[in-house]
Amino acid sequence: MARVVVDVMPKPEILDPQGKAVLGALPRLGFHGVADVRQGKRFELTIEGEITEEILAEVDKMAETLLSNPVIEDYEVHVEAHSVAEVAAEEGR
Amino acid sequence: MKVGVVTFPGSLDDVDAQRAVGIAGHEAVALWHGDEDLRGVDAVVLPGGFSYGDYLRCGAISRFAPIMTRVIESAGKGLPVLGICNGFQILTESHLLPGALIRNDHRKFICRDQLLRIENNRTPFTSAYSEGQEVTIVLKNGEGGYVADEHTLDLLEGEGRVVARYLEVNPNGSMRDIAGVCNERGNVVGLMPHPEHAVESLTGPGTDGLGFFTSLAESVFA
Repeated sequence: MARVVVDVMPKPEILDPQGKAVLGALPRLGFHGVADVRQGKRFELTIEGEITEEILAEVDKMAETLLSNPVIEDYEVHVEAHSVAEVAAEEGR
Repeated sequence: MKVGVVTFPGSLDDVDAQRAVGIAGHEAVALWHGDEDLRGVDAVVLPGGFSYGDYLRCGAISRFAPIMTRVIESAGKGLPVLGICNGFQILTESHLLPGALIRNDHRKFICRDQLLRIENNRTPFTSAYSEGQEVTIVLKNGEGGYVADEHTLDLLEGEGRVVARYLEVNPNGSMRDIAGVCNERGNVVGLMPHPEHAVESLTGPGTDGLGFFTSLAESVFA
């Protein structure tokens, strides 16, 4: 099975209250030097069969139609070998 | 008139909206999100709540409910559609209305009696008000911040499509204090405050919200 990842982020000019809340919490926990935090979403799509140009175009359409709202969000589609869970397992977390 | 009120999984204010429709002298028709039939209604209300648990984005899943295909189609032909709160979010996700609604800038859920100014009384839902009339209507939302790009905001203002504006305080960070907007034709209206909760003096701040439902008759017979 192949994996395609869609990252969705609020557009730079759109206020991100959740990111701001995280930014405010970091110094209270002793983490310093973070200038800004923006919070977005990551979608891991497991695709049946090989990844082709057609499939990527289809995922792009999914991202534009449902996974993001183009009025307030930007998205990026990329092929990724490992899921976040697989990477975490490999690193023993 | 027959006014359809759509119930989605997670709608909260559908019954209150039906009740408001009845108090305004119309017949409320319950519509189900999974149906593809508008049952011959003369107008549709998309009520408040948390349809589909607000999963993904508020209104994002509801926008693709079978009934919405019919609502979008009929709205294009002039059917009056009022989206309240979550209904407003569904209308922006459907691209029937411009802009979007994001989390309140202060990050808290807000519930208050909100003073508004009705700025456009030429819609099927606001014709009972006078232009510039100030009304108090319940506001309760977590993601009610209206946002759009500058060009869209200028266009809305220029065409008189800001239906209602917040007065005294901006309760959720909405750009230019916008509480409600309409489409170009004026038949689709989105409003963040809840007029259906302000139709009886016993259970609300007054009856200022009733006009949103009595307007329907006036616009038809006008």
